[in-house]
Amino acid sequence: MEIAIRPAVAPDDSQSVARAMAPPSRFGDKAFEWLTLVMALTVVVLVILLGWELWRGSSLAVRNFGFHFLTTSNWDPVAERFGALPFIYGTVVSSLIALLIAVPLSIATAAYLTELAPLWIRQPLVSLIEMLAAIPSVILGLWGIFVMIPWLRDYPFPLLKRLFGWTPFFTGPIYGPSMLAGGIIIAIMILPIITSVSREILRSVPNLQREAAYALGATRWEATRIAVLSYAKKGLFGAVILGLGRALGETMAVTMVIGNTPQIAASLFKPGYTLASVIANEFTEATTDMYLQALFEIGLVLFGITILANLLAQILLQTMSTASATRAVQ
Amino acid sequence: MHSKRADKHTWRKVKSGLASTVAFISALLVIAPLGLVFFHLLVNGASSVNWDFFTKLPTPVGAPGGGMVNAIVGSLELLALAATIGIPVGVLGGVYLGEYGSARVNSVLRFIADVLNGVPSITWGVVVYGLIVLRFKGFSAYAGGLALGLIMIPLIIRTTEEVVLLVPNGYREAALALGVSRWKTIVHVVMKTASKGIITGILLALARVGGETAPLLFTAFGNRFWNHSLSQPIAALPLQIFTYAISPYDDWHRQAWAGALVLVTGIFCVNVVVRILTRGRTASLV
Repeated sequence: MEIAIRPAVAPDDSQSVARAMAPPSRFGDKAFEWLTLVMALTVVVLVILLGWELWRGSSLAVRNFGFHFLTTSNWDPVAERFGALPFIYGTVVSSLIALLIAVPLSIATAAYLTELAPLWIRQPLVSLIEMLAAIPSVILGLWGIFVMIPWLRDYPFPLLKRLFGWTPFFTGPIYGPSMLAGGIIIAIMILPIITSVSREILRSVPNLQREAAYALGATRWEATRIAVLSYAKKGLFGAVILGLGRALGETMAVTMVIGNTPQIAASLFKPGYTLASVIANEFTEATTDMYLQALFEIGLVLFGITILANLLAQILLQTMSTASATRAVQ
Repeated sequence: MHSKRADKHTWRKVKSGLASTVAFISALLVIAPLGLVFFHLLVNGASSVNWDFFTKLPTPVGAPGGGMVNAIVGSLELLALAATIGIPVGVLGGVYLGEYGSARVNSVLRFIADVLNGVPSITWGVVVYGLIVLRFKGFSAYAGGLALGLIMIPLIIRTTEEVVLLVPNGYREAALALGVSRWKTIVHVVMKTASKGIITGILLALARVGGETAPLLFTAFGNRFWNHSLSQPIAALPLQIFTYAISPYDDWHRQAWAGALVLVTGIFCVNVVVRILTRGRTASLV
């Protein structure tokens, strides 16, 4: 971190003396501030651009189908009938499966990383989780098609069918590509983000909390449960919602394993379809204007629900961090 | 009485140990996919990564051999286009958040940047399709690069802001006291001091968009041959992996594994470089 310290004024150079005495240029300051401000404001422009472009691209479909778009399940591009319900259903169900799997694992891992693990193991584990986050979706999808699905089809799915076949969720033939496979692959995609955000939250819990619990004779687990996890409840909920936002918009890996069939079926062994997947698969095939409009409207729906999830998550995370900051000061 | 109490104490300790074990197993389960994906990438991909892979164009269906050189070069071109949009906007925007602006305005902008980071990448593809592809009547490298560049902006803004805020105030005060103007202080002192961190953020953003497929599906579109003009469709490694993976041909599956191995290796190399860079930063700055 070396800062070059040059003498501001060369002793025998009267011109540079004069320059050094002159007040620093205001114009450069103003210009630079404005330049950076404009660049920072692009985030606002981008949000408006996303919403506006999706709205514009789907305005005909919105006018044509109205609210029925969201409540009917007939997706027939040839007859120009478009109902997005199967995709909304698929997105919600696959994301819920993902959360069901990922949330307990992620929060337990975060608690392990901040509270329970021996110190030497923490950093390497964090690095590995960051590496998992760096794996592109398409590669996880490739692995899903050729490794995970055959394995699921041969071992866990038949077992689930034998154990829980009496419920409507695990009935019918086992193909492999299915809602359940989609949910599992999304779970893998969102594990790292929920884990690392939860870890940040737990780290921000003031040490006073832990010390108080230990002073009362709590064991390590008791301190974690009573003093840390319950204290951080709100922030952890924020982390989960953030994960949900990612799950709803996850595209490539899901598209490759979920089976891409627009249907609403109780059985998780049946293939499904998500909002993001139908855009990925059908966008370049959209031959008619109305078809393209319908796909833009699906994009608009997806944008809407992920924005809502992210807003909620950010609000929860922010109140958590300010609350812990003020409490840490007291 | 006493022994009962002791029993309870032992039980609490056992419970604590159990909880730690469960948490440890959870951690193993979380990182298990990483190991498995890596293992299978090596097993299925390593044999197809050879000289041809890096030097030859894809062969037609049925003809074995061939490579993905057009996709590798295409990905690099797309990244270069994305960088010319994402880096200046992201870095300068991050500097604004770190150096100027009231706390109120900045918290709103930060909030919006975080929300933008959560927007599904396919949405960017749809929007750039509407903005560029429809308007100019064709898929192009420009459209793909723009989609990736826009995704980079909020990522880089946040990382740049974070490292700029780490620069001690004394540095700024020292420069200003010497009569250096504010903007020169920011460029020559603050940004220079934070340069490692800024570069780290840029590299991470590039690694992230380098693996993106969804925003390229209907912007860059893919191309089985060389791209001769940036206003034409262009191949990209993740796109090619996707196309090959969902095809019914064994030859193409092998190529998809090889492509995936190359892509992951590239991304992990960037991550290792970043780790080395940040080690230097934590030593000198924090």
